[in-house]
Amino acid sequence: MNDHTVKSYDDELAHLTNILARMGGMAEAQFAASLQALGKRDSDLAARVVAGDARVDELEQEVQAFTVRLLALRQPVASDLRQIVAALKVSSELERVADYAANVAKRSLILNQLPAVKPVAAVLHLARIVQEILKDILDAYIERDVEKAIRVWSRDEEVDDMYTGLFRELITYMMEDPRTITACTHLMFMAKNIERIGDHATNIAETLHFLVVGTPIKGERPKGNTIEAD
Amino acid sequence: MTAQTAAASLADRRLAKVSSRDVNVFYGEKHALKHVDLDIRANEVTALIGPSGCGKSTYLRCINRMNDLIENCQVTGSLSLDGDDVYDKKVDVVQLRARVGMVFQKPNPFPKSIYDNVAYGPRIHGMARDQAELDEVVMSSLERAGLLAEVKDRLEEPGTGLSGGQQQRLCIARAIAVSPEVILMDEPCSALDPIATAKVEELIDELRENFTIVIVTHSMQQAARVSQRTAFFHLGELVEVGDTEQIFTNPQHPLTQGYITGRFG
Repeated sequence: MNDHTVKSYDDELAHLTNILARMGGMAEAQFAASLQALGKRDSDLAARVVAGDARVDELEQEVQAFTVRLLALRQPVASDLRQIVAALKVSSELERVADYAANVAKRSLILNQLPAVKPVAAVLHLARIVQEILKDILDAYIERDVEKAIRVWSRDEEVDDMYTGLFRELITYMMEDPRTITACTHLMFMAKNIERIGDHATNIAETLHFLVVGTPIKGERPKGNTIEAD
Repeated sequence: MTAQTAAASLADRRLAKVSSRDVNVFYGEKHALKHVDLDIRANEVTALIGPSGCGKSTYLRCINRMNDLIENCQVTGSLSLDGDDVYDKKVDVVQLRARVGMVFQKPNPFPKSIYDNVAYGPRIHGMARDQAELDEVVMSSLERAGLLAEVKDRLEEPGTGLSGGQQQRLCIARAIAVSPEVILMDEPCSALDPIATAKVEELIDELRENFTIVIVTHSMQQAARVSQRTAFFHLGELVEVGDTEQIFTNPQHPLTQGYITGRFG
């Protein structure tokens, strides 16, 4: 697309994209560190993740302030408007992602006080898929690659199915050995947090579609069973 | 044209107050307006936007045959008002302009009293049988133009003594005094301050109930604020027309996108 006649407008839009890219990188890093802290029972790292959440919140504030400024001063329309509104939405998605990462870290601090339990590996396995999805969607967002975003968007079903399986596994584990109930309950919440990160990633894919195409993604996202009442 | 678009186009045409097909305008050798197909819907505000020289004012002036006044100007194609050919030889241009009123960029009240400015049209068209009826027309026109409260105590003062915004609303009162069906506005707010502009925009929105309005504007924000439909012209061609909301959130043509976001050329 051509540049704006007013160059400073382009600079401002580029600046917005930059903050978002930084925020995305930071949310990814927070998530990765929280998983490492869980896998390695590293309480120092977990504490750093909890403390680091404030930085992501700051960036969200920065995006908000900057978008309000752009809306007021530039009165954007069409693709510019969609880009700015999308940035606002994506920044809150990323803020949530980082929140969940911090939550995982907080719970791993508690887990480290308890004897290790086996299903941690299954939670990490779920998390690896969600990490891939988050990374692909953030790349797609920066590259404005809608096709890629849609492919990743439909992968959320995989996460939902895996989460359901994990839920059952944890219940079985607790029934077999009630001494693991505390640890497994924390793991269950962590798994839920991780599954939610996947949902936020798909929201970003939907926002990207709106940004580029101007309409919502057609069709319902394929949904696995997220929860069963048994 | 597929059967479906033909049917849609037919439906559009039925809704249309003003309908144009393959309208071309030449100023001497210059092909100023090229093959324009555009339907203006009744009781809606249609905004015509585009860079200078794109043909939007030229198109506007086709509707009430203001282009007839320009030497060497030739109009081809079909343009109809309620299905009647505007360019038919039998059309009385004075009558046509009573049906299609116009408001210009700079307020241009006659050098007469406020009252006489508004009474002028009804008088020459013989629309009032007596003074009482004329008074009624003048008052109600000033009222509808949102000006009555400001001028009711000084109707005999010259119209040129009003502020710019008041003068423009006086011109609108003058235009609606002859009960037109369509009002053409050529950049009606470009000489007004933001408050006077807001008053005129509010007025445009109210007038839409009784009139069909076509407005040419250089202010994209104004087009977005006042219109239901927006048509984008470029180099004499109609590039895109659609619901205003769609044009300003999701334009389909790259030229429209470029123009409204300020990325032209």
